[in-house]
Amino acid sequence: MADTTTEALTDADILKIARLSRLSLPESQVATVRTQLSSILGHIAKLQALPTEGVEPMAHPMKIVNRLGADEPKGCMPVEELLKNAPAVEDRYLAVPKVLGEGGGA
Amino acid sequence: MSHDAPAPVRPLRDICADVRRGHTSARSRVDGFLATIAAKDGEIHAFNEVHADAARARADAIDAMVKSGRDPGPLAGAVIAVKDNIVMSVGKTTCSSKMLANYRSPFDATVIDRLAAAGAIFIGKTNLDEFAMGSSTENSAFGATRNPWDTSRVPGGSSGGSAAAVAARFCDAALGSDTGGSIRQPASLCGCVGFKPTYGRVSRYGLVAFGSSLDQIGPFAHSVEDAALVYDAMAGRDESDSTSADAPREPLAAKVREPLAKLRVGVPREYRSEANAPAVAAVLEQSIAAARAFGAEIVDIDLPLTDIGISTYYVIAPAEASSNLARYDGIRYGHRAKLEAGEDLEDLYSKSRAEGFGPEVQRRIMLGTYVLSSGYYDAYYKRALQARRLIKDEFDRAFAKCDVILGPTSPVPAFPFGGKKDPLSMYLCDVYTVNTNIAGIPGISINGGFADEGGKRLPVGIQLQAPAFAEETLLRAAAMFERA
Repeated sequence: MADTTTEALTDADILKIARLSRLSLPESQVATVRTQLSSILGHIAKLQALPTEGVEPMAHPMKIVNRLGADEPKGCMPVEELLKNAPAVEDRYLAVPKVLGEGGGA
Repeated sequence: MSHDAPAPVRPLRDICADVRRGHTSARSRVDGFLATIAAKDGEIHAFNEVHADAARARADAIDAMVKSGRDPGPLAGAVIAVKDNIVMSVGKTTCSSKMLANYRSPFDATVIDRLAAAGAIFIGKTNLDEFAMGSSTENSAFGATRNPWDTSRVPGGSSGGSAAAVAARFCDAALGSDTGGSIRQPASLCGCVGFKPTYGRVSRYGLVAFGSSLDQIGPFAHSVEDAALVYDAMAGRDESDSTSADAPREPLAAKVREPLAKLRVGVPREYRSEANAPAVAAVLEQSIAAARAFGAEIVDIDLPLTDIGISTYYVIAPAEASSNLARYDGIRYGHRAKLEAGEDLEDLYSKSRAEGFGPEVQRRIMLGTYVLSSGYYDAYYKRALQARRLIKDEFDRAFAKCDVILGPTSPVPAFPFGGKKDPLSMYLCDVYTVNTNIAGIPGISINGGFADEGGKRLPVGIQLQAPAFAEETLLRAAAMFERA
């Protein structure tokens, strides 16, 4: 683990990050993105020098635990209204490309 | 257009009192602002969309209420611009992104409902750095906003449109969102008041999520009192936002004119950095002298973790953003790419997101994805959360010695367009503002003085920070600096 943050990012790393991010990245931009992310990560590396032994991570500024709402039914937004923003609709459903079959899909 | 000596603006509470008494019509106020916008916003580009018809109709309704003897509320006739990442059922909510270029919200944000119930009128949606990611408003998919003080310079960001709209007198006040300085920094660069309340004070319901543990809505205004008036009307617990705070709260607008006795003003050594522009350093020293003159005690304090804030923030905020922005998949709403033969659902996601998001948003999604990915999580994300705890603890210790912390809002005044092309150099502008969000405490920027750059006067802000939920101390102290 100790060395992971000092290693330089490779083009393969950038393509992997882009894939995990679900962002299609043209070959021509890989080098630019690598330079920019490396520069930012180089700055962020300052964190490695910070003594954090035994410090409890703080994910949120407020101490809120399991706030419960009233168990009462409420109205919801009409489907027709929500579908107005959908880029492709068939009947009252969101339309997506074929997911299963012919060896393709997700 | 330049603002060499802007005329003073009447207090908003007096304006609203006139509307409530029928001495001024809300309609005439809206028409006046619309005329100013029509004349000048072509140059400034503060607005993504002006809601002229809706604003006029709303003004007529308020005037009709007054005529029939009903009180529209404490913000009667107040004309407010809204950052375009806060949803409204009128018009579009674009986040200045191609991704949401045609998005129409089916509901209003809680802040919109509450301000409307107090009598406010909404005049339009303001420009921002795409999804609130940036410090110059240059990252908008619809073109940059120009600083009203010098149109060759940026207004700051990400709420640059809201700051410019107030500075250009396009409205009485505006709403922004602040994840790492996005209200305070543009307020500093545009010479207005920008107030970020304590995390949880104002409901985030209807604010398009960026960094959910950091985001907070707040007002831009011409004065601390005006900002308090808007804040009073929108703050408080909201059932629709589970992170909104239950903390006790009293209306503050009526109190901000009362000075605080024995105010202790902490000045961190680290905020008197050599990296500050000369004018910023000079304005800070003038403000310290002014505080002494109005009877405050100046306390030298240390915040040695100031410098680690940027590193901490640029792990946590992109991590949260990469998760929040996963919802833009080209399926339910937002931009959808056209597929070629043989392309599948994965291609639909990746192409829609690559086409819909601009370069800075993509950069932050990738950065966030990286720091959360297997093998790097402990080294980056967990360590940033530990740094977050240390930064909060450091503020807690500092506030044992002082009531408010004074410093610059931004290390530099407004910079020229294209002046910070390297992403990291832009991030470093946030050095004095990110830790406020990391700790979840309130902060405010007010004008502290001016810089002279190439014959133009550029505003320079000062920032005050206070402990969580100490908005009353913060705003009363800010008003003392404002009067000094």
